[in-house]
Amino acid sequence: MAHAAAQAAGFTDCREAWVATLEALAAADPRICVVVNDSVGSSKLNSFQKRFPDRVINVGIAEQCMVGVGAGLANGGQIPFVSAASCFLTSRSLEQVKADIAYAGFNVKLVGQSSGVAYGELGPTHHSIEDFAWLRVLNAITVVAPADAWETAEAVKWAAAHDGPVYLRLSRMPVPDLDLPNRVFRAGKAELVRHGDHVTIIACGTTVHLAAASADLLAVEGVSARVLNMATINPLDDAAVLLAASETGAIVTVEEASVRGGLGGAVAELTSANMPVPVERVGFPGFVPTGSVGWLFQEYGLSAEGIAAAARRSIGRALEWSGDRSGRRGAAR
Amino acid sequence: MTANRSHMTNDTVTLIRQKALWMRRRAFQMVYEAQLGHPGGDFSAIDIMATLYFGILRFDPKQPDLPTRDRFIMSKGHATGALYTALSAAGYFPESWLATYMQAKSKLNGHPNRNYLPGIETNTGPLGHGMPVALGIAIAGQITGRDYRTFVLTGDGELQEGSNWEAAMTAGHRKLENFTLIVDRNRLQQGAGTEDTNGLDPLDDKFRAFGWQVEMVDGHDPQALLAVLGASAKGRCKPLAVIANTVKGKGVSFMENKANWHHGVPNAAQFAQAMEELI
Repeated sequence: MAHAAAQAAGFTDCREAWVATLEALAAADPRICVVVNDSVGSSKLNSFQKRFPDRVINVGIAEQCMVGVGAGLANGGQIPFVSAASCFLTSRSLEQVKADIAYAGFNVKLVGQSSGVAYGELGPTHHSIEDFAWLRVLNAITVVAPADAWETAEAVKWAAAHDGPVYLRLSRMPVPDLDLPNRVFRAGKAELVRHGDHVTIIACGTTVHLAAASADLLAVEGVSARVLNMATINPLDDAAVLLAASETGAIVTVEEASVRGGLGGAVAELTSANMPVPVERVGFPGFVPTGSVGWLFQEYGLSAEGIAAAARRSIGRALEWSGDRSGRRGAAR
Repeated sequence: MTANRSHMTNDTVTLIRQKALWMRRRAFQMVYEAQLGHPGGDFSAIDIMATLYFGILRFDPKQPDLPTRDRFIMSKGHATGALYTALSAAGYFPESWLATYMQAKSKLNGHPNRNYLPGIETNTGPLGHGMPVALGIAIAGQITGRDYRTFVLTGDGELQEGSNWEAAMTAGHRKLENFTLIVDRNRLQQGAGTEDTNGLDPLDDKFRAFGWQVEMVDGHDPQALLAVLGASAKGRCKPLAVIANTVKGKGVSFMENKANWHHGVPNAAQFAQAMEELI
């Protein structure tokens, strides 16, 4: 697979942070174990398996069993990380995720690897752009999509310490560190990446650094864009979204996922019910055509330029709305 | 409450029979009062349940989360008449709670919820979920070195769900001797016979081919059930599948072997007749 970004200096595959953190946790806590579906290599768990062979449960290519085994391990007092390609983890075993993890409320960490369109040319069977919508609606599961290596490590540590079901949505696509000062990972809280007053760009996972770059582009033309890293999709940081709606009056959401039901859906649900503002959702409309991950990102506007364009549309619609409203108010009089 | 597996006496068998009779009467009353439930499958499973809770499982109802407890998972989660009466009889909660079966906000949902009631190991209802969860529990025992046993009861029609065979393959591969499956082989599923729907026979050969030890037993004979379930698992080096031949609706003449009693509910005359027969 061609990863245009992979060649760029300073970009990191966050799976390294995932396994290094997990190994450190497992060394300190014998309850930490992993369940995989023949996904030791793709989850980068080879070294973990060498150190803790008894704590890698490989059920083979059997995702329903894999998720059920995770629930059973939690019943037996373990802290299982169920790690598999997110397309199979979240769709093949969705009923197990619903009944055995979310409804039963077991302390299981689901780790979706190679999420979004990371598998590029392999096509929509191997893409995982529906997972946000599927898992967000199971309100019992905390859904976290870290933006970079630092946040991946912090999210893994938080998940291990948190008593409850979690979905960690990881990627194999290299991303740069956000390079923000004094960072503290807080599940359920947005992280301010850029200050701004004219529009708010709410992004998660692999798209946060692109949102930051788009804010830099917009600044050149005098547009002040706030950027929020919304690593936690569920529960959403309602306060941060509504504050953004009220203070900037225009919103863009960005996610390596379907625009239906995920981050964009969550933000649109919240704002439409409480503080209606234009929400431009950047992501994928549904199944996508054949193409590399780099091409798919460009084609669907997951780029600094594409996000900046969406910000301009959102600001434009906000201006139209305010004009319409004053017009209607005038006619009523 | 602790059952000593090495002392299976006639007293134990008598106790199991008494408990099973009470469970059938009480479960049918719950279904009658709620006008909801799955009495056919309750009755095929109740002798197995009574044997487990009064002759096999090691547990303390006052400490339902004890890490060393034996686990029982009711994979055929619709058979709550059998499960709730067993748990109540075993001391997990007062009998008075049974009267709330399926009422609004009752802890006794149509399918079991571990967050509502003590003694429930996992939430079931959609079929084919119990085996993988039970497998995970058994593996946890292997990892931690705790010597509890894990028992899971499935229906027979339920075995048409592929997830069971994923778990069966892994249990055989891992030679999980602490893992026991009991199949409630009443040969009827919701709409028709299993063999007329998607046949399971030869079921014993299927499990043997997956690396399991298989025992065939009369699922209404406590003595026979005690013998196969109480045998030591140490050194077996295989998971155990107990195919319990049962009769759906067992104990009530007009219900036995009738598919429509899968989720049929009795009227007043049928309830009265059943109470006369269940003595």
